[in-house]
Formats: sequence, structure tokens, C-alpha cells
Amino acid sequence: MYRFALGRLLQAIPVLLVVITVTFFLVHSAPGGPFSADKAVPPEVIKALEEQYNLNQPVWQQYIGYLGDVLRGDFGPSFKYSGRTVNELIGAGLPITAELALYAMLVALGVGITAGVGAAMRPNTLQDYLPMTGAMIGICMPSFLLGPLLVLIFGIHLDWLPVSGWGDIPGDKILPSITLGTGYAAYIARLSRGGMLEVLSQDYIRTARAKGLSERLIIVKHALRGGLIPVVAFLGPAFAGLLAGSFVVETIFQIPGMGRFYVQAAFNRDYTLILGMTIFLSTLIIVFNLLSDMLAIWLNPKLRHELEGAKS
Amino acid sequence: MTYLSTNWSLYRGKLATELGLKLFLALVFVGLTGCGSGESNVSAGNKNGTLYWGNGTEPQTLDPQIATGVPESHIISAVMEGLVLKNRKTLEPIPGVAESWDISADGTVYTFKLRDNARWSNGDTHTAHDYAWSWWRALQPALGNLYAYMLFPIKNARQYYEGDISDFSEVGVKALDDRTLQVTLSFPTPYFLQLLDHYSTYPVHKETIEKFGDADQRGTRWTYEGNLVGNGPFQLVDWKINRRIVVEGNPHYWDANNVSLNKIVFIPIENIVTEERMFRAKQLHVTSSLPADKISVYRAAKDPELRIAPYLGTYYYRLNVRKPQLKDPRVRRALAMSVDRQRLVDNITKGGQIPAYAMTPPGTMGYYPESDLTFDPEGAKRLLAEAGYPNGEGFPSTEILYNTNEGHRKVAVALQDMWKKHLNIDIRLLNQEWKVYLDTESAGQYEISRAGWIGDYVDPNNFLDLFLCNGGNNRTGWCNEEYDRLILDVAPSMSSLKERLEVFQKAENMLLDDMPIIPIYTYTSVQLVNSAVKNLDPNIMNSPAYKDIYLQADK
Repeated sequence: MYRFALGRLLQAIPVLLVVITVTFFLVHSAPGGPFSADKAVPPEVIKALEEQYNLNQPVWQQYIGYLGDVLRGDFGPSFKYSGRTVNELIGAGLPITAELALYAMLVALGVGITAGVGAAMRPNTLQDYLPMTGAMIGICMPSFLLGPLLVLIFGIHLDWLPVSGWGDIPGDKILPSITLGTGYAAYIARLSRGGMLEVLSQDYIRTARAKGLSERLIIVKHALRGGLIPVVAFLGPAFAGLLAGSFVVETIFQIPGMGRFYVQAAFNRDYTLILGMTIFLSTLIIVFNLLSDMLAIWLNPKLRHELEGAKS
Repeated sequence: MTYLSTNWSLYRGKLATELGLKLFLALVFVGLTGCGSGESNVSAGNKNGTLYWGNGTEPQTLDPQIATGVPESHIISAVMEGLVLKNRKTLEPIPGVAESWDISADGTVYTFKLRDNARWSNGDTHTAHDYAWSWWRALQPALGNLYAYMLFPIKNARQYYEGDISDFSEVGVKALDDRTLQVTLSFPTPYFLQLLDHYSTYPVHKETIEKFGDADQRGTRWTYEGNLVGNGPFQLVDWKINRRIVVEGNPHYWDANNVSLNKIVFIPIENIVTEERMFRAKQLHVTSSLPADKISVYRAAKDPELRIAPYLGTYYYRLNVRKPQLKDPRVRRALAMSVDRQRLVDNITKGGQIPAYAMTPPGTMGYYPESDLTFDPEGAKRLLAEAGYPNGEGFPSTEILYNTNEGHRKVAVALQDMWKKHLNIDIRLLNQEWKVYLDTESAGQYEISRAGWIGDYVDPNNFLDLFLCNGGNNRTGWCNEEYDRLILDVAPSMSSLKERLEVFQKAENMLLDDMPIIPIYTYTSVQLVNSAVKNLDPNIMNSPAYKDIYLQADK
């Protein structure tokens, strides 16, 4: 298992290098520089700024210098937010985005598993069709539509919940978590329904039924364990996706997470911030994928045996 | 790999079930801990004197000599102050740090008397030397101050900035003693006092800046909470990235007794739809803007919280006179004459904008530009025919370039339609992302392009000097030496305001005859202001005087 993890981590190095290289040259070749503005910028200023941020050097030299900084864990100064480092900007937003992603995940798991298992218990009945139709809508409904809808209903008309903020007013974390979690809840509902249906058709379930166990006991004690393995496998990529995809929800709900910087940085040609965010998020995605694969192996002895077999 | 194995371990499956159950319980807990909205920002703020201000974007910096944006200007004007302030309604200069000033008879020497109770927010005395040092800093090219030109009316300031002279003592700024500052200009500049209320000319605290780096170094940490020392009515106490910036009353401020607000919370909200919802939920006293499609809703409801005021800015189109089909002034006039501006502002932009028939907004320093430009489709058709395109025949397909934005797109579509209808010519639309658009436009790779200019100070000069031959903001390829002479030499030498405005009118006429640009409308500022906010008077620069504002909820 450790060797497997180590191998995967080593594989991650060339992947990250490719990500850095492609992003670096892409952002540097994008038209419009970080310092162009509506108002004409005097040539003296452009020159001074380019010197300060080493943009007057040849691009390959900047690239080598940048790689060196990244190795030391330094993403450099932000071009746009004078005086802030990229590390500082990511550090300020990450805890908030991570918290949002966590709550969204809880929403997704709670709603998704309940709906999926319920549907699998009575396939092709109303108890199946209703949540699965809901799940289809949930998958299709973009958060930039769902968010404002929820705000209009619960924030403005009913006046039950705050319309924005994060940790400023009690309850302001509820609507963003639901908005971000809904798409994933829908996905998890479909995954757990599929997983449960497969497990429920197995011989040992029939045996359990023949023994006269109650349906509830069969589900909770016997079926859930296997039926949720696809969901567990989905958790890693989903969590990485939640972290990287929180931008829309953060904008709608005025949440000071790191997602808001991502798109702004691209618009501003804030080279170091774009690169820093990209590298950071790529690393997260790699790590979460690895964790979820390891969890899946740990839960599934068949895979573990395959792995150990290959080792010996 | 398949995760759906029948050969799974009971023990590990059980763990997964328990995990799921625990997560679900945690979720329920999260849901329960926070129902009920509590007291809104606005009602709490009205009681304890805290103003909640929707402030657009996260500020790039609070260094007054590096900052360029409106959100930055709001915060800077709360924590710093210049020699003069502006009357919050008329924008006339009133005493700030300087309690009085004398202007020499020829209008070139200004002698400011500073208040003797002027202090920095750390209690240090604030003297005339601070200005000499701050303006020296503002003129260091390495600092990258985009507003260095604000100081160019000062004798030798431009030469120093451009490196033609290296001795700062030759620049016309002298601290005669601690409380007397003498400024010598190269020519009489009637708007000079106004420039002193622009944040780029505010004084900065030398010791603080030097503590965190070199004087001309960008990106030091001197402007952060705990570090920043200012001289304004408020002081910075909290800065949470993308969340809020909080300022509190500065006890060392010379007029601290007359500052009513205890606190201002500036909240960066890029999404103006969210901002409007926050206003409705009473989380904000003032918004920075209002989505265009909401304006008509608020107007129809006659909502007293909607505030629309003329704004010192012109929305216009640049015509690239280097392109063959736009070389002929008659073609450019024809295009300008066939724009139905009234219909455009009534039906498309809907924000109470004022149709513009000249570059300078009406009422700028008492200047109301006269213009013979009207909506005259018949006349336009005739001009186009004279230029060799009868009924639009043979007119090459021409493109409007605009930066990607729904509002700009609507205006471009409307103009495309008007030009097809009135001149029978085909116009294509091209939108580009902001920075790409800036590149394309600066490189002159366009035919017609959208533009806008917001005044830095209230004077026709600020609008008309855009179109100097070498003006960096010209970008149309239009160049007229007589026009340059009027703006650069004749207008500054005029002794009376009336004569000066006549010169501007003459220049404006040349611009309108040649039409390298099509003025479309004068901007309005549109925002929502809670009825408890008093003394936030609308003015054409939409610049608030935070020291005067107080909160009083209606009973």
C-alpha cells in the first residue's frame, strides 16, 4: 500500500511539471499584459513595473526562475494586489473554501445517499422515479441558477436565511452549502442507487431475506456496506471538484474564499496568481484522487489482493 | 477497476456505513445551529454609527500613489486627506489640511497655510515637509504612479518625472516652514486646487513607508492594518481579504469632533446582483451600482432609495481615422448624425443617461458645450452620398469592437441597427475580453471601438486633452496641430474663465467637425442608498464626504 502511494506520488511530479509549464507559457502568451489599463500607461511606468516583476527578462529565464521559486514553496508576489503574496491570498481563502466544500459534501452525502438508497429499495416505483427525476434536475441545474433561486425564496420572500456572507450572520452558511452540494447530491443519489441495486440482487441478500431478516436490517446491516463503495470512490474527485468549483457559489453569496481569485486573476493577467492557484488546485486534485483510490483499495480486498499479488 | 465487488469485507463495509451515518448527523447539526437572521447590519449600524458600504472590488492597494480605482479611492479618502477638500454638493475646494491659501496675482504661486493641529493618526505632527516628500515620492517613475500627471502643472514636475532634470529642488514645491507650503506652477491652472483633493496628491507618512521598504518600492506592507498611518478622519483597523475593510474614527484628526460616524465597513462585492440582494436584505446602507435590468423596476416603484445622478463621464465610440472607409470626415459625421441617442438611453441603457452631442459633459466647471450635432438621418444620408456611398452602396463592411459586456453589446447592437436603417450600411460586431480589447485598440487594429472616459477632475481640459496628437488615450489616429495648440498653449494662457471656456469651445468644435469620435451619452451614477444615510449628497464625481455623513433611521 505504501509503495503504491509512493509510486503514485512520484507519478504526480511529471504531471505537475507539465501543468506548470503549459500554464506558464499560456498565460505569458495571452494577449494583454498585467499592467495594461483603460487609461494609457506611460512608458516609464511600464518599464519600471516590468523591471520590478522581472518581466523584462526572456520568458525562458522567467520560467526557470519561477520553477526555482515554486520548489521553495514560494508562489511569488501578486501583480494586481500590490504587497500581497500569492501564498497569502491562497492562505486567506483556502480555509473558507475548504469549509464550504466540506458542508457541501455533507449535504451531498446526506441527501444523495438517502435518496439513492430509498430509490433502490423500491425500484421502478414512485419512490424510485421521484428522487431520480429530482436527481436529474439537480445534475442539470447550474449553481448560478439554483443559488439566486434559493436566495429569492428563503432569503428575500420568506426571510428565513441570510442572503450572503460567511460566518458573519448566524445561518449564512446554509444556502451556499446547499447550492454547492446539490449537484453532487444528485450524482451521489444515482451512484448509490446503482450500487445498491447491484448489491441487492446478490445471493447473500437473498439468503438474508430467506432467513427472515427485516428489510430494514438487510439494508442497514448487509447491503449498505457494499452498495456505497462507488460513492466512496467518488468522494476524492468530488471533494477536489468542490474546492476548485466553488467560484460561482462564492460570488453569488459573497464568500471570501479562494475561488473568487481564480477567475479574477485570469481577467487581470495576474500571472503569479493564476499559476499559483493552478498549481495548488492541481496538487489538491492529485492528492484527493490518490486518497480516494487508497480508500477504495482498503475497502475492497479484491483490489488489495491484486495489488499485493503484483508486488510479490 | 471495478469497485463493485461481491467479495468485500464485512468489517470494512461497516466502517463505510458508520462514516456515512456520522456525516449525515454532522450535516443535521450544521443545519440546526444557524436559523434566524438576527439583527440586520443596517439597523444595528444605525444604532451604533456604523456605515455598511458596498464597495465593488477588493482594493488592489491603499497606497494613494499606486492606487487607481474607485473602490480604492473610497477607502483612501476615509483614511487620508489632502490640502483641500471639496464641498460635498458643488465640489468647490474647501479647506482641508490647509486652513487657508493665497494665490499670486498671475495665478502661478500658491501659498498654503497648514492647520497647526494637523496630526497623523499615530499622533505625529503633520507638516508642510510631508507634502514635499510625498510629491517627491509620487514623481518617482519606479513607483509606477499612474496619476503622476496630476502633479505636472507644478513647475518642472514633468521634467523631473521624465528624467530631464534630476534635482528635486528645482521642482516648484517648497516647505517655507513647518506650516507653510509654497507651490509654483508652470502656468496658471484654474483646476489646480481640485487636483489636491485627488488621492494621488495626498500626503503619505514618511517614517511608516521607510519602515517597510524603500520610498519608491511598490508592494511593501505599509498600507496594511496595524501599519498604515494616515491623516484622514478615519483610521484602518481591519482588512480581511475579499471580506471587509473596517475604518474607525481617528482621534488625532483635526476635525475629529465633527465626524459623526464611528465606523465604516467597506464590503467588496464584484457581483452587483448579489449587492442588490444584500441591500434588500438590509446588509448594506449603500450599493456601488445597480444592475441595468433592475433600474426600471426601482423606477416604476418610485423607490426613494434609488439614486440616479449625472456623472462626469462620456460614453463614446472611437473611429479609427486611419482606416480607408473612415478617412473622410463626412463619413464620420454621417455615422454620428444617424445615432438616435434619445431612443438609445430611453430603451436600451435605461439608467437616466443624458444624450451626448459633444465630448465634454455639460456643466463641467460652468462649461456647457454647444454642438451642431443632432439626430438627422436625412442629413447623414446626404453626407454619406457626397462621400461616395449613395444609399450606403459600396460601403465596406465595418466592425464595432467592444469589450465583452452585456451592456456594451446592447448599445453596439442598437447602433448596428440604426446605421443599417438610416444609412443602409452593414456593421459587424466583435467582442473581446477586456485585456485583449485594450491591446487591439491601442494597436489601432480596429475600425470602430467602444470607449468611455470618467473625469479625474472637473474641467473641460480633462476631456479635451485626450485627443492631442500624442495623447496616449487618443488611439484614433486623429491629429490636428491647431487643436493641440489650443489645448496646450492657448487655454492655459487665458486670464479669465470666460475666455478659457471659449477656447475650449473652439477646440470642441474642431473635434465635432472632424468627428474622430462619436459621443453617445453622459454617464449617470446609479446606486441604492438607505434612507437613514444623511449628508451623502449626489455630486457629479460621485465622491462621498465620509466625514459629513451621519445615520438617522426614519421613525
